[in-house]
Amino acid sequence: MSDQPRVSQAQLAAELRAFIDPDYVITDNETMKPYECDGMSMYCEMPLLVVLPETVAQVQQVMQVCHRYQVPVVARGAGTGLSAGAMPHADGVVLSLAKFNRILEIDPLARTARLQPGVRNQAISEAAAQYGLYYGPDPSSQIACTIGGNVAENSGGVHCLKYGLTVHNVLSVELITVEGERVTLGSDGLDVCGMDLLALATGSEGLLGIVTEVQVRLLPVPERARVVLAGFDSVQKAGDAVGGIIAHGIIPGGLEMMDSHAIIAADDFAGAGYPREAKALLLCEVDGTEEEVEEHIEQAETLFRELGATSVRTSRSEQERALLWKGRKSAFPAVGRISPDYYCMDGTIPRSQLAFVLTEMERLSQEYDLRVANVFHAGDGNLHPLILFDANVPGEFERTEAFGSRILQLCVEVGGCITGEHGVGVEKIRQMAIQFNDLELAQFHAVKAAFDPPGILNPGKGVPTLRFCQEYRSLEHKCQQHAVEADHD
Amino acid sequence: MTDRSEQLLEQVLAAKAAGQPLRIVGGNSKAFLGRQADAETQDLNVGEHRGIVDYNPVELVLTARAGTPLREIEAALAEHGQALHFEPPHFGDSDTLGGTLAANLSGPARPWSGSVRDQVLGIRLINGNGEHLRFGGQVMKNVAGYDVSRLQAGALGTLGVMTEISLKVMPRPAASLTLVREMSAQQAIQQMNARAAEPKPLTAACWQGGRMYLRLAGAQSAVEATAAKWGGEVLEQADGFWRSLQDQQLDYFKGEAPLWRFSVRANAALAPLPGAWLLDWAGAQRWYRGDAEQPQLEQLAREAGGQVSLFRGGDRSGEVMHHQPQALAGLQTRMKQAFDPHGLFNPGRLYSWL
Ligand SMILES: Cc1cc2nc3c(=O)[nH]c(=O)nc-3n(C[C@@H](O)[C@H](O)[C@H](O)COP(=O)(O)OP(=O)(O)OC[C@H]3O[C@@H](n4cnc5c(N)ncnc54)[C@H](O)[C@@H]3O)c2cc1C
Ligand SMILES: Cc1cc2nc3c(=O)[nH]c(=O)nc-3n(C[C@H](O)[C@H](O)[C@H](O)COP(=O)(O)OP(=O)(O)OC[C@H]3O[C@@H](n4cnc5c(N)ncnc54)[C@H](O)[C@@H]3O)c2cc1C
Repeated sequence: MSDQPRVSQAQLAAELRAFIDPDYVITDNETMKPYECDGMSMYCEMPLLVVLPETVAQVQQVMQVCHRYQVPVVARGAGTGLSAGAMPHADGVVLSLAKFNRILEIDPLARTARLQPGVRNQAISEAAAQYGLYYGPDPSSQIACTIGGNVAENSGGVHCLKYGLTVHNVLSVELITVEGERVTLGSDGLDVCGMDLLALATGSEGLLGIVTEVQVRLLPVPERARVVLAGFDSVQKAGDAVGGIIAHGIIPGGLEMMDSHAIIAADDFAGAGYPREAKALLLCEVDGTEEEVEEHIEQAETLFRELGATSVRTSRSEQERALLWKGRKSAFPAVGRISPDYYCMDGTIPRSQLAFVLTEMERLSQEYDLRVANVFHAGDGNLHPLILFDANVPGEFERTEAFGSRILQLCVEVGGCITGEHGVGVEKIRQMAIQFNDLELAQFHAVKAAFDPPGILNPGKGVPTLRFCQEYRSLEHKCQQHAVEADHD
Repeated sequence: MTDRSEQLLEQVLAAKAAGQPLRIVGGNSKAFLGRQADAETQDLNVGEHRGIVDYNPVELVLTARAGTPLREIEAALAEHGQALHFEPPHFGDSDTLGGTLAANLSGPARPWSGSVRDQVLGIRLINGNGEHLRFGGQVMKNVAGYDVSRLQAGALGTLGVMTEISLKVMPRPAASLTLVREMSAQQAIQQMNARAAEPKPLTAACWQGGRMYLRLAGAQSAVEATAAKWGGEVLEQADGFWRSLQDQQLDYFKGEAPLWRFSVRANAALAPLPGAWLLDWAGAQRWYRGDAEQPQLEQLAREAGGQVSLFRGGDRSGEVMHHQPQALAGLQTRMKQAFDPHGLFNPGRLYSWL
């Protein structure tokens, strides 16, 4: 890509308005302002323009025009992303999928739903409820975030250990390629022939194509779900209890942990009646048939007590269950109340390393003089340290970023990774080099070039560029040559 | 326990220098799979690169070298009451983990417990430049970089040599029980899907020879209560039945006649064909044996929302995988270029043009 934009804002807007409702091609700064960032508001940029197509054919045409002028394209769902993945490119177009908000079909017998990409995550389960079905992955942002964004980030939720991530619950995706071609990855069946491009596209952060339709699997709503709340006087004991439950052969529907800072913030916010003196709290949800839940709840309560829980409380009604979860699900806004700003990290670690990592984090917290609260998808080892800071204090965000970077490095050192579900985006692009070496990054670039030879889909995100990588350059050249040949056959 | 990764790497580098295409062999138990390639290849034996590298039952994660036999892995898991929930088929004594992932083969539990692809957490891979790379990891959630690990599922080794694989493993269910009922295939498609939509511990559903089989597995109390509610004859020696389905040892699978595999929408109507069917995965995977022309079968598969491949036997010099639309063929060709620019690995095994 050259540094100079090849087309002016006015010319591009005129070309797009030839086939898109002129009101949906936005060029004035005031209307574009809300698009300047996603949920990671520390990273902002104003785009060249914002376009809101209404049909798949229009998305294809937008891509064709942008491809012709080599204009960067940043897809956008609800903008709840937490890694600045949807942050605009200064010379590029923001392609919002907001108009694609229809549920196209629910097949209750096959247990599938066909969705436009702008359908909100929670709307799927709401629509499926009449058939006794629901959509498994439930990110805490589920009221707002879109299924297209979920696919792009391979989002998780509190029920991943048992029901999987987005990648486990999607059957097919319609993708518009950088050239504006329409391809379907996956099928109505469970597996397709050949390499798994559907898995590759899932979690690709808008770097490989624009998702214009998603077919998901639906699950039967469990007959019963109950949650056990267990308080512990040390993080170590709570961590061991997580292992204990799993070693016992119980796979909870959800298994979440909070540290003392998070417990107090969440309890103040939600009034959930959490044990405020506890150093760590576990929320263990067991779901299934009536009989299974009774059997497993009893075992879980006993186990927690044996493993040193200082308090154990089990939900007796749906209301109580919702209340106990409310604290956890509102942990981010709750922490937002006790600090002017917070920065949410997303590392994953082997569960056995939990106590070590939390202790180390406490030490770093003192070193950087910044408070940190922890919420943790304990079942699958996904940590969300929330670093509390004040953006108005000069230098504090920079210190926060440095602290965050150390946490991610720590995650990699103990055998984990820099992001479990929020994606790399712009925010974690430097840490990619901690987790991957140059050859691995070059392989990622080769994958990118295979889908997007000119590199205009969400450029500058996901994978850091390699300055000195000859192999990559020659590879990219070959792929480009090949793409040209493919265009001609 | 032998680490042969250095030798494998040397062999790939030598092949690259000599321009010598390679056929990746786990141990050849699935030699029947894929196309019969015409290119002159040299065997690259991964079967000797074996051994479990890391297994921590409490983490629910196992890492093994790609040549490790499935049996060895399953035995290690069984000691801790755990299992490979995707129930990989065994076509011999020595099926390897690498071959299973490369072919993306999963057994009867697949719709409920996921496929081998679903359970993969990370891999090490030698690409066509002779670079030994690591993708994913040993943790359940990891969205850093593209999902190169799962991309390998179904690629039949055309993108590189997997040397190490990390998988999610799960506890074995405490109890299980199988119910049987006589009915037609079409009725079974309806029934299996209707049962799958109920919140009950169903973990396998198939139809064969005029009978529908439903397997319940989980907590003892849940299994018993569901069986009482649903009714039907309880199958004796059910484990043996499911094992023979998983390993394709049932009579249905015997003989030389071509075996076709349909992967379609679970509740699609049964295609009007004269031969014999076996329905698995509550109707989402359908085996077919009988006279048929590939274009006709592909048309029927498309109408049922899916694809068909020639799994075993038949003419393997043509395409055995469902024909790919041009745009998808283009993407896969470019993907091959990205991983194996010199075309070293398994030329022609997946598609004639790859
Ligand atoms: C000394 C010795 C003796 C043996 N004797 C026997 C024997 O008597 N009988 C027998 O059945 N086996 C034997 N084996 C092989 C056995 O150990 C194999 O590991 C096993 O059969 C693998 O078969 P598979 O079905 O997993 O994969 P395969 O059938 O080998 O492969 C299936 C597909 O996956 C691809 N593939 C396989 N592994 C990888 C990988 N790591 N990365 C990328 N692609 C891959 C292949 O190219 C192919 O496309 C022997 C091995 C050794 C070392
Ligand atoms: C309070 C809060 C709680 C959260 N909790 C969770 C959680 O529990 N688990 C979790 O996983 N995440 C969580 N998130 C993160 C975020 O909600 C998810 O990443 C979500 O999937 C983003 O969806 P979106 O529609 O907002 O996408 P956006 O933010 O608009 O975009 C995210 C990325 O996807 C790309 N994209 C969007 N739509 C498309 C498309 N149609 N085609 C191609 N690319 C596209 C964008 O380019 C961008 O790179 C949380 C966020 C917040 C603010």
